[in-house]
Amino acid sequence: MAKYVEVPVGPQHPALHEPIMLRVKLDGEVVEGVDIVTGYNHRGVEKLGEKNSWVRDIYIFSRICGICNAVHAQTYTQGVEKLMGVEPPPRAKYIRTIVMELERIHSHMLINAVMAEAIGFDTLFMLIMRDRERVMHLKEIITGQRVHADIHIIGGVKRDLKPETAEKVLRVLDYIEARLKHYKKVFEEDYTIRKRLEDVGKISKQEALKHSLVGPVLRASGVPSDVRVDDPYSAYDELKPNIVVRHEGDSLARMLLRWDEALESVRLIRAAIKNMPKGNPVPKAIKRAAGKGEVFSRVEAPRGELIYHIVSTGGPKPYRIKVRTPSFNNIVNSGFAYIGERLADVPVILTSFDPCISCTERVLVVDEKKGLRKWVPFMALSRGEIRVA
Amino acid sequence: MRNKLIRYSPWLVHFNTGACNGCDIEVLAAITPLFDPERMGVKLAPNPRHGDILIVTGAVTKKAGERLKRLYDQMPSPKAVVAVGACAISGGVFAGSYPLVSGADKVIPVDVYVPGCPPRPEAIIDGILKATKKLEGGGEGD
Ligand code: SF4
Repeated sequence: MAKYVEVPVGPQHPALHEPIMLRVKLDGEVVEGVDIVTGYNHRGVEKLGEKNSWVRDIYIFSRICGICNAVHAQTYTQGVEKLMGVEPPPRAKYIRTIVMELERIHSHMLINAVMAEAIGFDTLFMLIMRDRERVMHLKEIITGQRVHADIHIIGGVKRDLKPETAEKVLRVLDYIEARLKHYKKVFEEDYTIRKRLEDVGKISKQEALKHSLVGPVLRASGVPSDVRVDDPYSAYDELKPNIVVRHEGDSLARMLLRWDEALESVRLIRAAIKNMPKGNPVPKAIKRAAGKGEVFSRVEAPRGELIYHIVSTGGPKPYRIKVRTPSFNNIVNSGFAYIGERLADVPVILTSFDPCISCTERVLVVDEKKGLRKWVPFMALSRGEIRVA
Repeated sequence: MRNKLIRYSPWLVHFNTGACNGCDIEVLAAITPLFDPERMGVKLAPNPRHGDILIVTGAVTKKAGERLKRLYDQMPSPKAVVAVGACAISGGVFAGSYPLVSGADKVIPVDVYVPGCPPRPEAIIDGILKATKKLEGGGEGD
């Protein structure tokens, strides 16, 4: 029997600023197994949703995740709209799409920046974050808020896109596009980045499908799957996004794929502004009650397919809302990808899945095994004070 | 003398106790070049034992509450706590949900509250600078 050392990574800071703990079993330097412990962030949002009204729930559900709040709001409102029989005006759909694509750009930039930090490339982290502020600024001038867009309301959007704002968006997009291309080149060509990411945490097509991974992780393993194309919502049936696919399946492929997707989002925003239909996107009155029924609503979040299942028994409140977030699949099901890798690569692999812990906490999966275990602090390990149990 | 040194360079410990990430990415944004608090000596500490100011984001869940207490105890005195966002102040939109103990001040003493959902990075930096005032005064000591 091999002797294992167990190393808890987290919950305060494994690569990113969110509470998750990986219990890594080591044989020497090599990872033999990983237990993923979450639950630090469980806030009981589904239950809260049942207590509040249809309208207030938009704000509660968009606060499941600050990074992809507009897609949460989109999935929720499009489901509720279907339930209530409300059709948002076409202009509102375009505005929603623009906000969601801006969100995709800033989310992909953020995780690439975090990756740069995780491999010790702090300058690149700072540079990407600086340019990301431009995207946040665009979100702010369109929606009024940097992070929580809260632009969705039932039957439309909260405010219209002014022509001056649209012009400014197009101007800043030129800058952003150039920077995105530059960073993509850095990730493609930099020797150190390639060394750290290439062939690390490889996932084959079969494995990706077997463990039902979603989003960029799935597409980087060669499976073309994108809800925007497979089941178009909002303005995507007219904008026709292209699916970006890569076949390598390693951490580098996942990061490069995100740069390509961000560039595709720039194209989509330009097309959306150009083809924006006329009309008033702000509804005069908001419907507050729904009939009996059940809907299933899905959206392509920056991290993959996001699913809401909404059940109504009539009245001003939902009966049950079930949320399946992409990070839940990607993080909890991905324990296999760490096996056989080195301890130093664990944060890299975790980052390449783009974990969004506040989403993962939607479902409580904690199963703490009780048993005799020796805990080795991370710092002690790096100082070489390892005691093998 | 020691307090004076800290005044010029407070190091931050950031703990997410159950935030939606909105506040976290704003804290992260607040330490990046556009806002650049490093010109005031503010930077993230690699370890809670090196930290002077604890930044708490998010509604405090029962599970994270214990960790928060432990983290706070590990930090050397004088120390200050900044609660960032509606969630860390009172639970925000999640107030009243079953897994929460609500605001951070239910678990540890909070010195500065920065309201917003999420607050702008400028407001977060302002909160940090207000907290340094407390450190200057010597803190509560123990
Ligand atoms: S205050 Fe708002 S942005 Fe901050 S963690 Fe709470 S819900 Fe998210």
